[in-house]
Amino acid sequence: MMATLTKALKPIFGGRLGNTAKVFGTAINSQRDKATTTGQIIPPPAKYGGRHTVTLIPGDGIGPELLNHVRELFRFSCVPVDFEVVHVNSASTSEDDINNAITAIRRNRVALKGNIETAHNMPPNHKSRNNLLRTSLDLYANVMHCQSLPGVQTRHKNIDITIIRENTEGEYSSLEHESVSGVVECLKIITRNNSLRIAEYAFKLARENGRRKVTAVHKANIMKLADGLFLQCCKEVASGYPDIQFDSMIVDNTTMQLVSKPQQFDVMLMPNLYGNVVSNVCAGLVGGPGLVPGANYGRDYAVFETATRNTGKSIANRNIANPTAMLLASCLMLDHLKLHAFANMIRGAILTTMNETGLHTPDIGGQGTTLDVVQSIMRNIQSSGPLTTEI
Amino acid sequence: MRQIIRVYCMTLICQGLSGARLQPLCARTLSLTGSQNVSETPPARADSTFKVTMVPGDGVGPELMTAVKEVFKAGDVPVEFEEFHLSEVQNMASEEKLDEVLTSMKNNRVAIKGKIHTPMEYKGELASYEMRLRRKLDLFANVVHVNSLPGYSTRHNNLDLVIIREQTEGEYSSLEHESVSGVVECLKIITREKSRRIAKFAFDYATKKGRSKVTAVHKANIMKLADGLFLQSCAEVAELYPKIKYENIIIDNCCMQLVQNPYQFDVLVMPNLYGNIIDNLAAGLVGGAGVVPGESYSAEYAVFETGARHPFAQAVGRNIANPTAMLLSASNMLRHLNLEYHSNMVSEAVRKVIKQGKVRTRDLGGYSTTSDFVRAVVANLRHRPV
Repeated sequence: MMATLTKALKPIFGGRLGNTAKVFGTAINSQRDKATTTGQIIPPPAKYGGRHTVTLIPGDGIGPELLNHVRELFRFSCVPVDFEVVHVNSASTSEDDINNAITAIRRNRVALKGNIETAHNMPPNHKSRNNLLRTSLDLYANVMHCQSLPGVQTRHKNIDITIIRENTEGEYSSLEHESVSGVVECLKIITRNNSLRIAEYAFKLARENGRRKVTAVHKANIMKLADGLFLQCCKEVASGYPDIQFDSMIVDNTTMQLVSKPQQFDVMLMPNLYGNVVSNVCAGLVGGPGLVPGANYGRDYAVFETATRNTGKSIANRNIANPTAMLLASCLMLDHLKLHAFANMIRGAILTTMNETGLHTPDIGGQGTTLDVVQSIMRNIQSSGPLTTEI
Repeated sequence: MRQIIRVYCMTLICQGLSGARLQPLCARTLSLTGSQNVSETPPARADSTFKVTMVPGDGVGPELMTAVKEVFKAGDVPVEFEEFHLSEVQNMASEEKLDEVLTSMKNNRVAIKGKIHTPMEYKGELASYEMRLRRKLDLFANVVHVNSLPGYSTRHNNLDLVIIREQTEGEYSSLEHESVSGVVECLKIITREKSRRIAKFAFDYATKKGRSKVTAVHKANIMKLADGLFLQSCAEVAELYPKIKYENIIIDNCCMQLVQNPYQFDVLVMPNLYGNIIDNLAAGLVGGAGVVPGESYSAEYAVFETGARHPFAQAVGRNIANPTAMLLSASNMLRHLNLEYHSNMVSEAVRKVIKQGKVRTRDLGGYSTTSDFVRAVVANLRHRPV
């Protein structure tokens, strides 16, 4: 591991590395140990007689109500999916709950989740439950697809951007320490393996979906080694995909370009923190956090949630949350389970309700309630397809 | 020894006659988001009805299927049957017929089936039609939920246990040969992959149904390698389910415990032959082959049948068979199809008739006929169109 990294860095940075490389080495090893815990036995998926079992983590805020709507919609549409509900208590300091949830995902392989609240007043050793889940299942690729919806009023039209974000390292390494009193070091980790892996994923996805351009977002002018390595890996992978155009852009410029001329972007590829920022900007461009679904893929497991991962505490239990993002995330999950017919049926009904019926929740300027929207979607499914039971 | 097992596993695959297809563990590949362009046959349903393959089989099978059809018709259940008569003893079996049934099952994904009788004499083919169907569809898991019926009392009442049986390998490998004249070897095959798969099925089933304990049944004290592998696989899988208690018990002791104190068991998981014996034993505890429903699963397909699989040929045409098991199985099938309402309707009606105790077939000590029973069930259906 150590050897390959130094070897890889040497031609790029020559002999300048010195002590830096050593610091790198230890950090990377600890990260790797964490990743290998996922590599125990991989049992077959929980699919019997054509019915799948999926782990459902309701989370906090609007999560539970939205996921209840998903379950109701699935029951109504006769989707062959059963849910195993696992609750994670965000107020408790013990990690039992989240470990339990992770084990549940290990056995079912697929999960749908609401966001779990991370309070800032928790003790420093309290890790974000969401982050813990992603790193221990090695869900390295976060994918979101931002597309303008004709029925939603926004400043920019015709946006169609896919954002691919490295999900397990970078600034989210959870490695922070106070080396001298008053001086805190937070380690940002970029590894060659993970960068190559995410770049490969992005280009593969671009090719499969017929995309033309991949833009790597970085800050290699300041973080010459870390982001430099990321950029270098992207370039290496890009050389294997001559049919897809590759360019790179610095993160500050990217956000400016996004709010002024977002149509220039196609597929965007970036490390963890930039991904977090850019995905929120993009979600805002197409109408807000209630509209965009997100997915986290690893080699063995997949977790689906809303793209911007908000808990929405302020609007919880008021029946005004926009269910679109969570419902679309459940469609992504159905696609992942290869239940394409069901996914397309539900997705079609959601988009029809959004664009033609024009029934909107308050977050996009409408008057409808969450339940109104869900019922409209159900009526739409009932009128278009035969595969339903009673409302 | 281990090597021998491995070698025979290889031949099993190479010869292909058994069709015991070892599924790759990682069946679901890494998928990317946009996949709308993938064409796929739409679910086999039209005009709000679910299509289901029906194989009545031998003996009283056709009579039981008539019962199911009558109840479904009376209850307005949106299910349409595709019927196939397949039998090894009535000269109705041929390769084409088998293929036809398989194609139908593959399209509909759900089937309801009576027992296809297997004659004992050897006619050049070791694997029975039942076995071949199971292998071709890879129906690896058989589930028998043994539940006492309120109103009919037996020696043990309020029983509620689930028996899960691996049914594609083990003693049913159809690999037998006479190595020296007068010496016959029959191979029992246990593989890690299939053992893990059935163990995971058992634990997943327990999780889904909110059960608290899984017991593995084995004979690893004698078959240290084969059953040892099965036991080891179960223990490995159990680690993924910290909330479910895991135990193991030797088959002979298990049988004794079942007739003495069956309440100690919750979910039982076991290899093929033990499962066959325990299924029948446990069915006997609550009233016999006529009252216990069963089902078989592969990753893709589900087949619903009776728990103890007997053709009951001596009852053919005498209108005395008990349709309870098949009706409860049909009710389970409806639940599998997401038809919760209709499923409850059918099972409640059956339970009500048994509880009232007025209409009982001979096996439960009554004098009613099959059609009397069916009429009583129809009369008790919650929803009646007329």
